[in-house]
Order: sequence, then C-alpha cells, then structure tokens
Amino acid sequence: MKALKISKLPDDAIRELLLSLFERKKIGGVFALAKTNTHNYAYALITNKELLKNITPTIPLMPANAGKLLSRLTMIEPVSTPIAVVVRPCELRALFELVKLEQAKLDNLLFVSFTCSGVYPTRFMIDGIENKLKAYWENIRTGQILQDLRESCRICENFVPDNADIILTLMGKDNSNESILLIKTEKGKNFLEDKSGQLIEADLELKKIENMRSKRIDEKKRVFADLKTEDFGIKGLTEIFGRCINCHACSKACPVCYCKLCYFESSESEYSSSTLEKELNKRGAVRLPTDTVFYHVGRLIHVGITCVGCGMCSDACPTSIPVFTIFNKTAEHVQQLFDYIPGRKIDEQIPLSTFNKKEFEEVED
Amino acid sequence: MTEDSLPRIVGFLCKWCSYAGADLAGVSRLKMPASLVPIRVMCSSRVNPLFVLKAFLSGADGILVTGCHPGDCHYQDGNYYTRRRFALTQKIFKELGLEADRIRLSWISASEGKRFVDVVTEFTENLKTMGKNSIKAEIFL
Repeated sequence: MKALKISKLPDDAIRELLLSLFERKKIGGVFALAKTNTHNYAYALITNKELLKNITPTIPLMPANAGKLLSRLTMIEPVSTPIAVVVRPCELRALFELVKLEQAKLDNLLFVSFTCSGVYPTRFMIDGIENKLKAYWENIRTGQILQDLRESCRICENFVPDNADIILTLMGKDNSNESILLIKTEKGKNFLEDKSGQLIEADLELKKIENMRSKRIDEKKRVFADLKTEDFGIKGLTEIFGRCINCHACSKACPVCYCKLCYFESSESEYSSSTLEKELNKRGAVRLPTDTVFYHVGRLIHVGITCVGCGMCSDACPTSIPVFTIFNKTAEHVQQLFDYIPGRKIDEQIPLSTFNKKEFEEVED
Repeated sequence: MTEDSLPRIVGFLCKWCSYAGADLAGVSRLKMPASLVPIRVMCSSRVNPLFVLKAFLSGADGILVTGCHPGDCHYQDGNYYTRRRFALTQKIFKELGLEADRIRLSWISASEGKRFVDVVTEFTENLKTMGKNSIKAEIFL
C-alpha cells in the first residue's frame, strides 16, 4: 500500500503530518496524548496548531482509555469539524465497541495509530517516564517484551491497528530518523491527497509483528496458567476480591463499562436494614462494604464479551487486584464461544444483541 | 422428608408459557417437590444474569430459568437472547470454578404441565446429589 516517508523520529513525524493537515485545512483539531506539565501526560484536544508541539503520541502511557474519552465527545452528536485522533490499537477497538453500543460516533474522525509496543503503568509518571524511554525504544528495536510494562500489554496479541486510517510502523523500529506512515484506507488517502512529500510503496513489518505476536502469546499462556481462575470457586473469589475497597475505579476506568445508571452505583444495590438483618440471620456476619464478589463477577458477566484487554482496570485498582488478568482470561473464553473479537469490525454485531435460531442447544433443555 | 433437606431452587418463570405451565400442573393436581420458589417475569429475556448470580451468591441451591420454546416467544425472539446470555453466564461460572450445574435453562410451554413437574423434579434430584450450595457456608462474601 501507499505510504508516506518522513525523515524524522516518530513523534516528530506525526506532528509534521498533523501540521500539514492543519495547514491544508483538512482538520480542525487533534486529539492525542500531550505533555501537560513537567512530568505529566494526558489526552488533549488541540485546535491551536501552535500547541501541536506539546503532543507526544508515542509516549508509553495510557492515563485514560481514549475510547471512553472519545465516547464522551461524540455521544450526543459527531464532532462538527474533522479531527485527527492519535490513539493506540486497543483504544480504537474500545471506541468501535462503544459505537456499536451507540455511545459514540465515528463521523469526522481520522484515525492515526501505530503498531503498539505497550505502555507502562500510569503510576510511573511519578518518577518521570522519561527515564524509561531509552530502555523502551531499545526493546522495540530488539523485539523483546519489557517486563515492567503493563501486564495487559505484555500479553496483548491485537497490537496492530487494523481499523486505523493511517498506521505508523513502529514494530522493530531502529533509532534512525525515518518514519513510515502507511495510508491504509480511502479516507486516509483523501486526507492526504494534496500532501507534498515522498510517497512510497510499503507494508506492515509482518515478520517482526509475527515474531512479537508469538512471544506475547507465550507470555499470555504463562500468565494465564499462573492464575488458576478455573480453580477459584467461591473460596478463591472471596480470597482475591477480599481486598476490594468498593471504589469502582475499575469500572470507571473501563472503556466498555459504559452504563450511566449502573446497578452497583444505584440505591437498589444498597442493603436496607431489613436485608442486612436477613443476611445476618443467615450467616451471622456480613462483610462491609458488601457484595464485592457479586460486583466483580457481575461486571465480568456484563462486559466480558466486549473486553478489549486494555488493562485500565488493573492500572486503576488501588489494592492491586489483578482485575485485568481475571477478566481477560475469562473474557477470552466467552469471546471464543461467540467467535468474537471486540472492535475487530465495525459492522460485526455484539453477540448479545443478536442471535441465530439454531445454536447453543447444549445449554437448553 | 423434612423441609430442610430439600434443595432450594429460585425459578424465573416466563409469564406466557412456563408460568402458565406451572399453573396447569397445579390445576391438574400433579405432585412435585416443594423446592421451587417461583418468580414470574414477563419474558425469560427479562432475567438479567445479575439476578441469577445474586440468587446463587445468596445461597440458592439451584437457579432455574424457564421460557417459551424457541420460536414461540410472546415477544417474537426474547428467548433467543436469553439463550445467548445463559450460555455466556454458564461459561463464566465454569471458568471461575463455580458450580455451573446449579443453573439451568428449560423451555416449558403453557400446555406442558407435566413437563414442568418433570423438570422441577429432575433438577431437584440432581441438586440433592450435588449437596448444599457451599456458598452458604462462606461468611465474608
């Protein structure tokens, strides 16, 4: 496919691309990670092109899942002027799921993404992520999995942004001043039609991608085997979720946990004195806050089918419950049941909102 | 048999088929174990998986979801959605090591009073061999 070759480092190349889109009035804004303070990075919506210098799209952090943020921006109506959105593959998949759930709209969004090598836990911002960058890029070059990345990233197989309009190839990237931006879709082509510069023929770095994918799959097998969810039973669940402080941070950080009126936030889920008394009569004691196992397993049943595996839940958990690992491992089985990969295609329906007349005859009688 | 040794089943009965089936079993004077606590719902697809989970975690020995046979749903295709949700819930139970055999999905029409009795009896027998739901003994959930 056609590609744009820019003789700059990745972040600068994306900046140059966006700047040229701005100057040719193709876009009116940019949504990307930006350096907001000395040590802090956050997503920002930028309409002043002078401020584009602040964006750092490839900084290995995910302070929020952009899918959720973009859903907030476009839930009621699509953005009125075209916006270039620079996000990671799992964020794009989350956004696609949210579009299916009628929580977001894709109109006027140009998606720029890259073959993703993962992000560090957000708390690494405290010590300054800059210290980590050298090792990060070195590992991208050598094709190794960095052990201090988020667990979700170390075991992620879906790190190629298949649905992006423009893809920056980063897998196995050396530190040369050369960036390749693949123009994947018609839409991407339209945005770049009168862009000056060198257009070349290029493709995804398939061999390096396969190499990385097989390493990640091995890592995933190891991580999933270590966490024996199938042996949990109620004992295991109360043990692992016994640390839960009921802050619901995992649900707030989760891009696909979208309900505005969540049962677990409602007064319906509160114990009235009579319910409490009933529970006490039955068990003789009640754990407070109540229902942590109910909350987590319930949430798993609700979002398992759409879990994109971004790892925001584990990142947000103040008591280090391996929420992501438990959810993703179980979700994988559920998704296999319906042969569904969340965010793979926009026109693929979420399995629970459709059916076949003849299926699952083994569960009914 | 004492009341205590019978398993407790929470049953979600669809108003149009299974609840009427249960009613028919009653007027036909058919006998069945007194193990079922029936809850009438307008459609089996009204049953949020959270209802099933909550009943399970509250110590119900069995949870029975019933509805019209596929193709006969009063709301055209509610029970097809139920079946998918049920398959998903059962899968998650299995993957978390919870006893998935304690939840059951059965289609019972309004004319199948006998079948209603058979389903409840059979499920009760199965649950008896499984013993009490161990969640009852778990205090700090």
